[in-house]
Amino acid sequence: MILLETLNFSPIKPDVGLLLWTSIIFGLFWLLVGKFAFGPIRDALKKRSTDIQDALDQAEKAKEEMANMKAENEKILGEARAERALIMKEAKETKEEIIKEARNTANAEANKILANAKVEINNQKKSAINEVKNMTGQMAIEIAEKVLRKDLSGNTEQNSLVDNLVNELNLN
Amino acid sequence: MIRKISLSIILFLFSVVLAFAQQNKDHSGHNHAKGDHSGHTHAKGDHSGHNHAKGDHSGHNHAKGDHSGHNHAKGDHSGHNHAKGGHSGSHDAHANACGYVFDNSVFNPGKVAFHHISDQNIYSIGPWHFPLPCIPYAVGKGFDFFSSSKFAADSHGNATKAYNGYVVYEGAIRRVRNADAFPKGSVDLGHHNVYTETEKDSKGKDKAVVVACYNGQKFQFDDKSTADFGLFGGGFTSFYDFSITKNVFTMILICLLLGMLFIGIARKYKNNPGKAPSGTQGFMETMFVFIQDEVCKPFLGHKWEKYTPFLMCLFFFILALNLFGQIPFFGGSNVTGNLAVTAVLAVFAFFVVNFSGNGDYWKHIFWMPGIPAWVKVIVTPVEFIGLFIKPITLMLRLFGNITAGHMVIVIFVGLIFIFGENGANAGAAWGTSIASVALTLFMMAIELLVAFLQAFVFTILVASYIGAATEEHHAH
Repeated sequence: MILLETLNFSPIKPDVGLLLWTSIIFGLFWLLVGKFAFGPIRDALKKRSTDIQDALDQAEKAKEEMANMKAENEKILGEARAERALIMKEAKETKEEIIKEARNTANAEANKILANAKVEINNQKKSAINEVKNMTGQMAIEIAEKVLRKDLSGNTEQNSLVDNLVNELNLN
Repeated sequence: MIRKISLSIILFLFSVVLAFAQQNKDHSGHNHAKGDHSGHTHAKGDHSGHNHAKGDHSGHNHAKGDHSGHNHAKGDHSGHNHAKGGHSGSHDAHANACGYVFDNSVFNPGKVAFHHISDQNIYSIGPWHFPLPCIPYAVGKGFDFFSSSKFAADSHGNATKAYNGYVVYEGAIRRVRNADAFPKGSVDLGHHNVYTETEKDSKGKDKAVVVACYNGQKFQFDDKSTADFGLFGGGFTSFYDFSITKNVFTMILICLLLGMLFIGIARKYKNNPGKAPSGTQGFMETMFVFIQDEVCKPFLGHKWEKYTPFLMCLFFFILALNLFGQIPFFGGSNVTGNLAVTAVLAVFAFFVVNFSGNGDYWKHIFWMPGIPAWVKVIVTPVEFIGLFIKPITLMLRLFGNITAGHMVIVIFVGLIFIFGENGANAGAAWGTSIASVALTLFMMAIELLVAFLQAFVFTILVASYIGAATEEHHAH
């Protein structure tokens, strides 16, 4: 009796009503919760993970771009430096050239002025010599006149007179 | 903290087991020695419960107020041959009008275990019975619709009243065979008048049959129809039960709760796009992503999105019902440990797998490429049988694991009654309860693991079958 009741094991006997109800309930659960909950949750999670991946990718890309930009900046800077050096060099050369030219011009001018001065000096000298020649002539004439006019008494006096005259001449 | 929690769980379980023991002790023999005769009010001349007033009382001369032979209050059992002997305790074991002796003094752990894991038409939480809608369909008679409270079932789930030819025995609805002879409407049967007897089935084997004693006459009752085709002792009978049983009620409840939970979470994702998950959403997301990444994606490849909702439904449906079945003293709904439920899940899986099957899949079943023709002759039937073996193993694995876990727990608790001699030996009951609590606690921990594991295993196997059915073979 007890054994028979023990054998009356109902969970293993699939009850028709329970089969039907389980089918309906699980079917509805799949249809409704699957459609309105699990589907949207799956999509939301997928979207979020794609968003996160995109954000990471973008960050990586931005980093790369930054690196590229830096390299470019470096390059531009290098170019600028080189250009500056070139400009400086050119400027120096120009400066030196200008200085050289100026010096040459100045030298030439100076030489010219010198030459002019020499010519002038020579001219002046010539005219001065001429004047001296003229004056010496005149003075010789005057001295001769005075000598002639005065009565020369002695030799000594004669000599001292000549000496005086010569000194006067030298002084001139 | 954890130590505190586990200590309080142990104490809780201990008190629960003791309360259970106390309750069962009260049932054994119904304590008539204490003068509590509810349901057995012989002294008042109301014999509805035992049918003594009407008809044939041979051997029980109860004629109106003469209770000399039934003086239970005094513990005098001399007038009653209980055919058991040695039960000097307080149990009430006299034969009813049909000669049936109700005897609750022997504890039958197997029966208790099966009773506790069976589907029922009454939802019992501890001593309280909550009625459920009964919707039986009698072949040729049509549907009935009434509440199971009509049966006024006792603490064992046995009817004290019949309704429209239906009773409950061990909580399950049965229909009278000789419906024309049995009165319609509500019929008072009284206590212990619905029980089982042995009969010979068509093959001459002994079979238990539910009988009810009414008016001194025995009526045999049919069990509800089951779709096992007689394989497990069931089969199609005179009626089908489409009631909202305990399992159906639990499934509806769980599906509503899960639906509310997950639709709420889905709404949260929709309303807070780009925000980090919080609260329940975060907790559930962990599980969702676990199944998605460990089950759906590895097995289904680029088709994972299509099958994710189905696999999630399977996982959370099974998991929630597994866990709900483990809440102690909350009705103990054994839903996923019922073959009907696991069969339906397996059938869903079967259809999803085979409707997704591509040409390659069918070719591999019916004409496996790359092997000699004579081997194909052997392989094809094996593959074909395999089509059905797969869902059958799914069905049996979940059913077996959950049922076994529940039964082991009931039997561990039952040890108290076995060693305590069903209340007679209080010292042994106390002693055993210590070991029983420890074993039950251990088993519950294992069952908690099994609840997750079996839900996961079911899902991952379905995913692998779908994966095999949709796989694209390139070369061999």
